[in-house]
Parts: sequence; C-alpha cells; structure tokens
Amino acid sequence: MLRTAAAIGLALASAIGVAQAQNLTMAVGAPVTSLDPHYHQLSPNNAAASMIYSRLVETDNLARMQPGLALSWTAVEPTVWEFKLRPGVRFHNGREFTADDVAFTLARIPTVPNSPASFTTFVRPITRVEVVDPLTIRLHTATPYPLLPMDLTNIFILDRETHEGATTERFNSGELAIGTGPFRMTRHANGDRIELERNDQYFGERPAYARVTYRMITNDSARTAALLAGDVDVIDQVPTADIARLRRDNRVSLQEITGLRLIYLSLDHMREDGSPFITDNDGRPLPRNPLKDLRVRQALSIAIDRPAIVARVMEGSATATGQFLAEGIHSHIPGYPVPAFDADRARRLLAEAGYPNGFRITLHGPNDRYPNDARIIQAIGQMWTRAGVRTAVEAQTWSTFVGRAGRQEFSAFLLGWGMNPDGSHPLRNLIACYNRDTGLGASNRGRYCNPELDRGLAASSQNLDPAAREQQLLGLERMALEDVAVIPLHIQTNVWAARRGFAITPRADELTRAQDVRPAN
Amino acid sequence: MSATTAPRVETPFQRFVSEFFASKLAVVGLVVISAIILVAVLAPWIAPQDPYDLAVLDIMDGRLEPGSQGGSGITYWLGTDDQGRDMLSGIMYGLRISLLVGVGSAVLAAAVGATLGLLAAYVGGKTDTVIMRLVDLQLSFPAILAALMILAFLGKGIMNVVFAIVVVEWAYYARTVRGNALVERQREYIEAARCLALPPRRILFGHLLPNCLPPLIVVATMQIARAIALEATLSFLGLGVPITEPSLGLLISNGYEYMLSGKYWISFYPGIALLVTIVAINLVGDQLRDVLNPRLKK
Amino acid sequence: MALYLIRRLMQSGFVLIAMSLLVFLGVYAVGDPVEILISPDADQEERERAVRALGLDLPLWHQYLVFLGRALQGDLGRSFVFNEPAIQLILQRMPATLELAFGAMFISVLIGLPLGLYAGLRPDGRLSKTIMAGSILGFSLPSFWVGLMLIMLFAVQLGWLPSTGRGETAMLFGIRWSFLTGDGLAHILLPAINLSLFKISLVIRLTRAGVRETMLMDYVKFARAKGLTPFRVTFVHVFKNIMIPVVTVLGLELGGTIAFSVVTESVFAWPGMGKLIIDSINVLDRPVIVAYLMMIVLMFIVINLLVDLVYTLLDPRVRLEGKA
Repeated sequence: MLRTAAAIGLALASAIGVAQAQNLTMAVGAPVTSLDPHYHQLSPNNAAASMIYSRLVETDNLARMQPGLALSWTAVEPTVWEFKLRPGVRFHNGREFTADDVAFTLARIPTVPNSPASFTTFVRPITRVEVVDPLTIRLHTATPYPLLPMDLTNIFILDRETHEGATTERFNSGELAIGTGPFRMTRHANGDRIELERNDQYFGERPAYARVTYRMITNDSARTAALLAGDVDVIDQVPTADIARLRRDNRVSLQEITGLRLIYLSLDHMREDGSPFITDNDGRPLPRNPLKDLRVRQALSIAIDRPAIVARVMEGSATATGQFLAEGIHSHIPGYPVPAFDADRARRLLAEAGYPNGFRITLHGPNDRYPNDARIIQAIGQMWTRAGVRTAVEAQTWSTFVGRAGRQEFSAFLLGWGMNPDGSHPLRNLIACYNRDTGLGASNRGRYCNPELDRGLAASSQNLDPAAREQQLLGLERMALEDVAVIPLHIQTNVWAARRGFAITPRADELTRAQDVRPAN
Repeated sequence: MSATTAPRVETPFQRFVSEFFASKLAVVGLVVISAIILVAVLAPWIAPQDPYDLAVLDIMDGRLEPGSQGGSGITYWLGTDDQGRDMLSGIMYGLRISLLVGVGSAVLAAAVGATLGLLAAYVGGKTDTVIMRLVDLQLSFPAILAALMILAFLGKGIMNVVFAIVVVEWAYYARTVRGNALVERQREYIEAARCLALPPRRILFGHLLPNCLPPLIVVATMQIARAIALEATLSFLGLGVPITEPSLGLLISNGYEYMLSGKYWISFYPGIALLVTIVAINLVGDQLRDVLNPRLKK
Repeated sequence: MALYLIRRLMQSGFVLIAMSLLVFLGVYAVGDPVEILISPDADQEERERAVRALGLDLPLWHQYLVFLGRALQGDLGRSFVFNEPAIQLILQRMPATLELAFGAMFISVLIGLPLGLYAGLRPDGRLSKTIMAGSILGFSLPSFWVGLMLIMLFAVQLGWLPSTGRGETAMLFGIRWSFLTGDGLAHILLPAINLSLFKISLVIRLTRAGVRETMLMDYVKFARAKGLTPFRVTFVHVFKNIMIPVVTVLGLELGGTIAFSVVTESVFAWPGMGKLIIDSINVLDRPVIVAYLMMIVLMFIVINLLVDLVYTLLDPRVRLEGKA
C-alpha cells in the first residue's frame, strides 16, 4: 500500500513537473490569525497582509522606508505631512486606488471591533486628514511628528467602496481579502494554510511564482522535516539546533540576516527595599534592593559571557551586543563596545557595592517565546553563579510569564523586543518612565526611570531634522546603557532555509513573504 | 509441630509469591525495577556530576558526544545536553524525579480514590451519587487537558505535577474500588462483621479494603507507567517539572529538538531509560494481574 | 428508560456548568490575555482599549454571568484571537480531528484485535509473549517522540509518505474530508498510526484478557466439549463476549483520543481542534478554551450514553436502570 501510494505520488509529481516551476509552497512557524489587516497587530498577520495588501510607505529587507502606494512624502509644514500617491493602481477587484481610500483606511482603524491589539496607536497622532486631490493627501498632527511616515509602514490600505462596514469574518472567509498587493487570495483555511495567486496588475516587481501555498507548521522539528522531505520549498524560523546540519546539506540553502529583535535582561528598578527574588546567601531577604546600585548592575552585565551564549546556545545565530540596534540600522551607536566578560571584575564590583560574598537571585524567563529562551537563562545562571551571585533559574510559559512580569513580580527576567529601526522605539517603550498620560514606558516592566532621559526624548520627538535627531537619540541610548537600565544580550539572526532551486531575500523585520522568493540554482 | 512431618501448608502469601515467580519475565522485571530504584536512590553518591547544580555545568561542554572529555577533565560517557549536563548523571537524577512523580502520584491517587470508592460503595445513597458524579466529571475531562490547565495555573514544579496527576487519576481508582467493594459488600464475612457491630472504619479498612486490594494494585502499576509518560508529555508541551531539575521526560523533550541534527544521544539514552523503566513496571504489573485475578484460577 | 435518560441529561447539565465555571476561574488565574495578545509597543491607552474591547474590564462574576446568559442562547462567545464565534472555529476544525481519531481507532482495532486474540488463545506461545512485550512499547514511548521518528523514517529517509499537514480534501455532506482522496489518505496515515499506538496496546491487552477469561467459562468449555470447531468457538462464542469490554473502553477512549490528539496534531501540523486548543491555551483565548472543553464534555456524555446503549444491545443482561 505504501508502495502504491509512493508510485501514485511519483506519477503525479512527473505529470505536474512542468507546472512545478510556477508553484511555491512555504511553511511558517507562527500562525496567521486573521486576514483583516487592521484587526490584530501581529508579525505573522502583517506578513500575510503584505502579500495581499500594500502600504503607503513600504520597507525593504533592511527595514528602510521605500515608496509604496505613496511615491513621496514631505513635511510641507512642521505639523503637516504631504503624501503624493501612485497613479493607476487598482485593487484586485478592479477598483481604482485614490486618496479617498487612504482617508477611509485611517478612519476605519480605530473602529475595528473586538481588536485585541489594534493599529490605533499609529493613527492617533493624526488630527486631521485632508484629501487635496485624488493623488495627494495631507495628514495634520498636533505637534511636529517626525515618525509619521514610519508609523504608516504598518498601515495596509483598503478600498472605501469594497470595505465599507466590512467585518473581520468576511476578510477571513476570503470574500473581502482584496487589496493592491502582489498576490490575491484564493483560499484560506484558518490556522492551516493560505493559498494565493499572482496579481498580474501589481504595481511593483512581478512575483516569481504564479501560485503560492502558505502553510503554518508551528512545531520546529516538523517544519524542518517538511523541508527535508520536500513537502515545502521554504521555511522560516529555522531552529538553531538544525542550522549546522542544514548548512552541510547540499539540498538546501540557508538565508540569514541580522534582525531587529534584541534579547535582554530586565531588572527590578522599582523597589528600593528588598526585591522579591533576591536574598542573602542564607535565604533571608535583603533590606535593600541591590539592583538599585549601578555597580551591581554593571557586575551582572560583565559576568555574562555573551560570545559564549551566542556560540554555544544560539549556535551562532545571533550577534552579541551591548546596545539596542544592530550595525547598519538607524540609531546604531558606532563602535559602542559589547561589555567584555570579566568575572573577576564583576566580583570586585560586587564587593565595592557591599556584597563581597554575593547574594542569591532567581532569574525568570519564558520557555516558549524566543529561540532558546530557557537555555539562555540557564547559561546566565551558570555564569552569574560562578561570579558569586548564586542564581536559580525559573522558566515559565509565556502566558504565565508575561502577566507576572507586567505586575513587577520578578527581580531579573529575560525579554525580547522587536525594534523599529529607530532609537526612539526602544527608548520610549522600554526605558522611559512608566507614565500613563504620556503613553511612555508601557513595556518598561522593570520600571527604570530617569527624568533627564525623558526630557531628552521629549525634545527629540519633535525634531524634524533627521541627522540631528539621530545624534540626539544616540546620546540618549548611551545614557541608558551607561546606567545599565537593561542588560542587552544579543540581537537575533533571522534564518530561512530553502530547497535547492529556491532562494528568499531575508528580511530584518522577520516577515516571511512569497514575493521575496525567487528561483535560484 | 515439627516442620519435617507436617504437610506443607501454603499461606495465601506464599502461594502468591510462588505463582508470581513462575514467570521468568516478571522476575526479570522485578530485578530491573529493583536495580533502577537502587540507582535512583543512590544517585547523589554514584552520579559523576550533580546535574542540578548550575555552578558545575558549563555551556562550553554543551552537546558533547558520548565518551567526550569535558573541560574539567570529567568524561561524559553518554555525552552532554545543551547545558553541558552529563547525560549519565542527568538520567540517574531524572529517574529519581520520574519515579517520584510516577509512584508518588499513584500512591496518593490510590489513597484518595480508594477511600472515596469504599465510602461510595459502603455508605451508598446520596454519598454514592455525589462521589460517582465527581468520578464521572473527572473521567469526562481528558486527563492531558486537565493536567495542562492545572499546571498552567499552579506553575511548574515536581509537587505540582504530582498534584495534577492525582487530580486527573484518582477517579480510576475510585471506580475500580467501588465496583469491587459493591460485590464484596454482599459477602458473608462483611455481614458477619456488621452483625458483630464493628465500627464502620474497621469494616471499611480492615475487611473491605484488603479484599479490594488486588485490582487496586493492578490499576496502580498501570497508572505509574501512565503517570511517567504523562509527565513526559507535559514537559514536551512546556509545562511539567522545572528546567533545572529535568526528569527523564524533560530530558527527552529537550533532546527532541536535536534529533534532526544527529545529536541523538540527548534524547535517545533518556528514552531508553524511560522505556526500560516502564516496560519493567508493566511486566511486573501484568504478572500481578494474572496472579491476583481470581477468575483466571484454574 | 426515559426517566433514566432525563436524569442523566440533568446531571450532565450540572457537569457542564461546573466545568465552565472552573475553566473561567482557571483562565482568570493563569494570566491576562491582553498582555499576551497586545502589540508590544502598544501604550497604556491602547491596552485599556483592548481590555474593554474583550470585555475583560468587568468583574469576573459579571463576565461569567454575561457568558452564561449568552451560552443559554447558544453563543459561547467570540475568540479573542480570531474574532470569530468560538463554536464556529471549533466546528471548522472538528472534521480533521474526528477523522484522525477514528482513523486511529480503526487502526488500533485492525491491528490490536487479531494480535490480542492470538495472544489470548496461545498465552504461552513465543509469539504471544513477543506481542505482549511489544504492546508495552505502546504505553511507554512518548508519542511526540515516536511521531518525529515516524516522520524521519517514512517522510525524510524513505520519502514514502508526506511529512506533515492535511492533504487534498473532498466534500461529503458539505464538509471537507481528507480520507476520501488518495493524497488525503497518504497524509493521514502517519498521524493516525502515531495516535493509535497507545490504543493498539490497549486493544491487545483487553482482547487477550477477555479471551483468557472467556476460554475458562463453562459455556465455552461446553461448546468445545460439544465438538464445535475451534474457529466457531472463537469467533462466535468468545468473540461476542470480549467485544463488550473492548467496545466500552474504546468508546471511553474516543474522547481521550480526541483530547490526546493535541500532541499528535502539533507534531504533524494537523489542522484540527487539538492544535486549536493548545494555541488557545498559549494565548489564553478564553472563549475558545471554554467552548472547546464544554464540547468535549458534551461529547463524553453522549459517548457514555451510547456505550451504555450498545451494552444493552450486546448483552441483554445489562439493564440501564440497574446501573447506579
């Protein structure tokens, strides 16, 4: 029976061999949960959306802004951005794209019901939308807002006539999954696969494949196995454990790029007296929180052998770092050193801070969120323990972990952060004081707070001179890093694997898209 | 009475022992289990390394092949895992955890289940209905999902795993014991005990329970194996025991990710250890069932 | 009979309510869905909006009452993640899981019954002992591990079968089934085998035990003494008798199989309910978790009822009212 099945399979394969070159099957590790591009702000959804829809401002694989549905954008006044739109663009159903559709899209975003993570933050700075003519639109803001074009790289444009009153369900069913993107959707099996067909009217570069099957295989080993078995042509999120083997296998090739996701340790800055998971060596609580002492934070940072973690735990798929963004990306501090591993100096710093015999700490982290997350914290546990800080390690599922981290229940914990290529992004969200009114520090789970840094950030956020603004940001980044607000560990490398005959352009933003795949030899 | 002249009279226990030892396989199983228990108990003294002490692990020794020499001069006969943990030591310590989870949960679940099952059978009426509806509720809830939810709520931990398994498995015991006790309750000796006005506690535990033990033991041996396998699956799903104190199941699921890359030893050897343990328990359990089952007596 | 059914149904209702309450409390205690679902760079205002949008700003008892009120009208809520009715999501995925579970059941009976019968009839044979020892493997090997081994062997090394996913489907009764196409069958084979391993062992053991017990019964001895062929004795007298425990346990196990498909589905990327529930637990998508568990419980209740009914058909001595 097996043989018959195999024989039939072979026969089928040769019969469709001619068509094969036109077909592409991809497998991604994270499920797409919705085809409504404004329902849930989630990387896999954005990846799927960017195959079907397009944005005013697109980004290239290094996360630099590129013309999309807008050909150009300028700040015509400090508080007014003007976008010149691309003429002659049509939606999949033949309707023409105009400035009015942009206005419709911006208005729809805050009204999507039941959204667990909406795109509202990106449009909130816009106070007024002015349609000048069908191909010109002006967006007004209350204060000068240099980040507006970058915010718009998250917004997929819909058609007013088609999508007026559209519900998420009608997107998911495929009925209204209609955009201006390189592919049109032909079938959607929720959580399993999306089938796509090339849009021959696409305004940008023509995709190489006429038919695409976009499958979701969440189990890492199963995804690699599917590639090796030849069931899929391209996979993303290649597990680090399989990289060495795939590199040796001449049936597949790997495509890699340094990404935008920083893995770092967050520390309890909130409590002055006693942190919940820090005790002295006999297990008694300490009267004050040692993490408030800069020397202790420095010691913990240099007690970590980052290159060892990159080499042994990440198996080379990361870049050790002492800052937020990778080289070649906006706001990277040139020449800023990776903190050198020095256990002896760490011990001396601890002694200076009044802990000659160290103390005990529990390091928390998720075990199902970032590549090798639980392994990284164990490795750090080893290193800290050798430097004199006896470390227990506790890993939890993300669903439990993130809630507890958000309630400041931990003393030291591992997190990751996918950056926008702009220093203000980590500074605003991770470093700035937690403040509901300004909306700053929303993900600052360690509650670091430095008012001077906040003032600098406020000044930079209205600076419309790109070069001067970047210099301002670099200074603020230095300020945060010198003070060890967080302990950066490494920046992940994004890895894709393709079967022979296929190649994918790797993207820093981790998105896996069919238009990036080309035939190769 | 002199032993030489008296006819040989076997006590029930002696008969049980001789019948049990009639099967070579079961004897092998018993020997293997004893050896495994010995290794598990003595692990801290015989293991080359304390695999739970982060200070002695070194990631630079991670994923070494079996037989490799570590940085500190130690030889890793079965290789190391990703943290540089000696697999041999890891397996010895892992056996402790797995057995603790298996036996601990089986004993506790049996205690809870048997007590409730006896009560249900003996008291009857409302008590019986309530307990048996609880049993139905429990049995209608898939074990794996219930354990998942409980652990998601309680967090990781060996005791939490034991608790979760007890919660999902006591009902099997309760049902088994109740069924048996209902039959036994009709027997003359219980009638007699009641006529003597013995306290219910004594009737329950002194008379009824011993006669329900055989099926209970059979269920328990099966459930030990099941509990160990369940714990392995929970670890695979990211819950279960803490990552720094891996059980056999967690060792296997850690190594699972390395199977495709040819680093088989990380999950292969713990897998063998788990397999041998469970097979041995089942060999003994099977024989127990055959020996204790009165309906198979010829 | 009717009274018995009514009583069972009422008890089932209580079970369902107790279950939903437990799950509600459980999910609430585990964590905050908004923390998990929200975009990392959302500000506090956006977080509060999301909490309101999902109805999580109400006190827990209020949320539960809202849920209960809607549940009585057949609405178990909308998924936080998919923004679709939870029931609809589950029903969409149910055929895939059902065909997998039934496939596993079928395989387990197909393999387990003959082997168990043989082992029971020749309990001391060498082959029987091998069968019994082998059946222990089914109990002891973690299924996630076996699953990957199957993929490595049959898909990666030999290339006989597809590694993961569901194959082509064909429509029957308005539902997509994959067992109707060759490609679909090729896809379902490995996961079904993986899921059936435990069941095969179970069937072997049950059958063997049943055969051994039955062979000692007087009526079988009598039948043999009467000079009936061993074939007739085995397949008419013994077989009929051992089917009761096998049917019962398999019936009870069907629910467990469906639940346990969580693991198999995740290893084989099988787009069924199991994968949905594990994903939902990971993101605390409460409406889906609650709806899923309630449906599972409902299914169990129905299966139990059916098993009891089948009992009476197979063995007239069993009376429904006789069961406490």
